[in-house]
Amino acid sequence: MAGGAAGGGGTQGDTYKEARTWLLLPTWVTLSILVLVPVLLMLVYSFLTKEFRGGVIWEFTFAAYDQFFCDRGLFGDEPCSIEWTYLNIFWRSIWQAGLATILSLVIGFPTAYFIATRPARVRPLWVFLITIPYWVNLLIRTVSMRFMLREEGPLNNFLVWSGIADAPLQMINTNFAVQIGLFYSYLPFMVLPIYAAVERYNFSLSEAAADLYASKWTTLRRIVLPAVRPGVIAGCILVFVPSLGAFLAPDLLGGAKNFMIGSLIEEQFKGNAGNWPFGAAASMILLSMVLVILMIYARQQARAGGEER
Amino acid sequence: MQVSDGTDHAIDVRKAVKRYGDFTALKSITLSIRDNEFFTLLGPSGCGKTTLLRMIAGFEDVTEGEIFLFGDEIENLPPNKRPVNTVFQNYALFPHMNVLENVCFGLEMLGRGKAEARRRAGEILEMVQLSQFSERKPSQLSGGQQQRVALARALAPQPKVLLLDEPLSALDLKLRKAMQLELKHLQRETGITFIFVTHDQEEALTMSDRIAVMSAGEVQQLGEARDIYERPENRFVADFIGETNLIDVTVKAKDGSRVLCAFDNGLTLTCDAVPGIGVGQSGHMSIRPERMKLHQEMIEAENFRARVIENVYVGTDVQSILGLDGGMRLTVRTQNSDRGKARIFEPGSDVFVDVEFGSARLLAH
Repeated sequence: MAGGAAGGGGTQGDTYKEARTWLLLPTWVTLSILVLVPVLLMLVYSFLTKEFRGGVIWEFTFAAYDQFFCDRGLFGDEPCSIEWTYLNIFWRSIWQAGLATILSLVIGFPTAYFIATRPARVRPLWVFLITIPYWVNLLIRTVSMRFMLREEGPLNNFLVWSGIADAPLQMINTNFAVQIGLFYSYLPFMVLPIYAAVERYNFSLSEAAADLYASKWTTLRRIVLPAVRPGVIAGCILVFVPSLGAFLAPDLLGGAKNFMIGSLIEEQFKGNAGNWPFGAAASMILLSMVLVILMIYARQQARAGGEER
Repeated sequence: MQVSDGTDHAIDVRKAVKRYGDFTALKSITLSIRDNEFFTLLGPSGCGKTTLLRMIAGFEDVTEGEIFLFGDEIENLPPNKRPVNTVFQNYALFPHMNVLENVCFGLEMLGRGKAEARRRAGEILEMVQLSQFSERKPSQLSGGQQQRVALARALAPQPKVLLLDEPLSALDLKLRKAMQLELKHLQRETGITFIFVTHDQEEALTMSDRIAVMSAGEVQQLGEARDIYERPENRFVADFIGETNLIDVTVKAKDGSRVLCAFDNGLTLTCDAVPGIGVGQSGHMSIRPERMKLHQEMIEAENFRARVIENVYVGTDVQSILGLDGGMRLTVRTQNSDRGKARIFEPGSDVFVDVEFGSARLLAH
C-alpha cells in the first residue's frame, strides 16, 4: 500500500491518513450522489409551491407541512386544527409495520435458530431455501399473493373444502391481507441477521447454563437472547423500516381503504394529480421517524458495546 | 476393576456404551469413583475420556448401561436435574454477566434467595482469591482469572461431584503448575469429589488419588499414580505414562514367580511372571530410564555390556543413549548431581548396565 511512500520515517501516520482519504473518495462520492443529494433535494422540494400539473414553482412556503398537519376547513381560511387524515395513515402504517415486525420475529427467530443448529454442511441449503422466493420480483410476488387470497383463490378454496369456513372469506382489501403481504415480503430480513448471530453463538454457554440448573426456557431468555440481541435488533429494523414505507403490499392487497405512508407518497408523484411538495414533506416526516428509531438503536448498541469492554 | 454395591461411591458407571452411528466411542465402561476422591480420566485425544465426562454431566446420552450418583440412577436425567457441575475447557463464562453474576447464576437457578446467593458467591470468590474482581466482565480478566471464575461458578452450588474437562490446557506452563496444586488443595478443602479429564500424564500423576488410563474407548488400567507408573499392566499404559524403554522379549524359562526373558540379541534378564505369558511366548519388557545405572565394572550377575553413543543434557538429568549388541538402543537417565554415586560416562565409553531389581516389567501385547 502506501508503505513505500512512508520512507521519510516519522510521517508514516500522516502518509496513511492521506492515502486513506483518497481511497475512501469513491465511497464518499457515491454516498453523496445517491443519498445526500436526493435527500437534500427532497428537503428543498418540501418547502416549494406546487405546480398544478405536477412539478414545482420555486417559491418558498410551508404549505406542504401545513396541509399535512392542519385542517383549515373547506375553504382553507379557518385557523389550524389538527388534520387527522394523514396522521391516521401514519399511525396505521406504524402499527402495520410493527405488527409485521413482531410476526416476523415470532416466526423468524425459531426458523433462524433451527437453521443455525443444523449440521454445518446443510445450513447453506436451508438459507438458500429461505431466499429462493426472493429471486422473484417483489411486484410479481405481491400480485401472486393477491391471487392466493382472493375469494375463489386457493386459500379460500381450502378453508371451505376443509370446513374451517362456511363460505369464502373476504381477505383481499383488508388490513389482514396487507399484514400477510408485509410479513411475507420482509421475513428473510429477519431470519438472516438472526441466523448469523445464532451461528456465531457459543453453544457451550447453553451447556453451562443447563449444567447450572437452568431450564431450557431460562437458558434461552437469560443466556441465548442477550448473546444474539444485536442480530435480533438488526432484523427488527430491517423489517420495520421497509414495512413502514411499503406501497406495493398496501396498494395491491389493501385497496383504497387501507392506505399506508408509502402509497400516499407514491400517489403524489404519479401522473398529473400529484402534489410534489406534499409528497416530499411526507417523505421528510417519514425519514425523521426512521432516523429517530435508528438513533435509539445506535445508542443501545453503544451502551451494550460499552458494557462488553 | 471392581463392580460395587453403589452406595459408598460418588459415581458408578456400569457397562456404559456410547455409539455415534457405526462408531463406538466407549466400549462398555465400568468404573467406580469413591466419595471425596480426586479421580482422573487420562488418555490421548479421541480415547473417549471427554465423552465419558459429558455422559456423567448429561450432555451426551448413554447408548447402553447405567450411571449412578451416590446410588441414584441419573443417566436419563437432563443436565439441569443432575447435582453435578462442570468446569469447561473454554470456561464458557457468560460474557454479558460480571464475575459475581456468573458465580450467582447456579445458586439463583436452585432458588436460593438473592442475598443468600450473593453471600455464598462472595465466600467462594474469596476462596479463589477473586473478591476484588467481582464487578468485572469475563473479557476484562486474564486466562488464569477466567479459569478461577469458572471454578468458582461450578463450586458455588456445592455439587456432589465436580467435573473438570481439561480446564488447565489453555494456561501457560507456570500458571498450570500453580493451578494444579491449587485444584488439589481446593478438592481437599471442599471435600467434593473431583473428576478430572486430561491428556497430560504429568498433570494426572501430580494431582490424582486414582487414575483411569483410557485408550480407544476402553479403560486400560485403573489405580493410584504409583501403580500406574511403576506397575503398568500393558504396553499402552507403559508407553503412554512417562518415558520407557520397550523391548520385545521371549520367555525362556520359569522359576516360581520369576521368569527368564530373552531379548532378540540373546541378552537375558529375569523379571516377575505375569499371567497370560507362558514359556515360549513373546511379550514386551518395559524398563524406565531412571531405573538403570551405568557402571565401569560388572557388579551384578545380570549386568550387561553397552556403549554410550550420546549424552543429552536435560537439566535435572543427563539422558544417555546406549548401543547394545544387535543394534538395540536403550535410554538411561542419570540424575545430574555430584552427590549421587552414579557417574556420567563420555560418549564412546564401554559400560555395564545395572537394572534395578523389580524394575523390568513384562507386559502382554
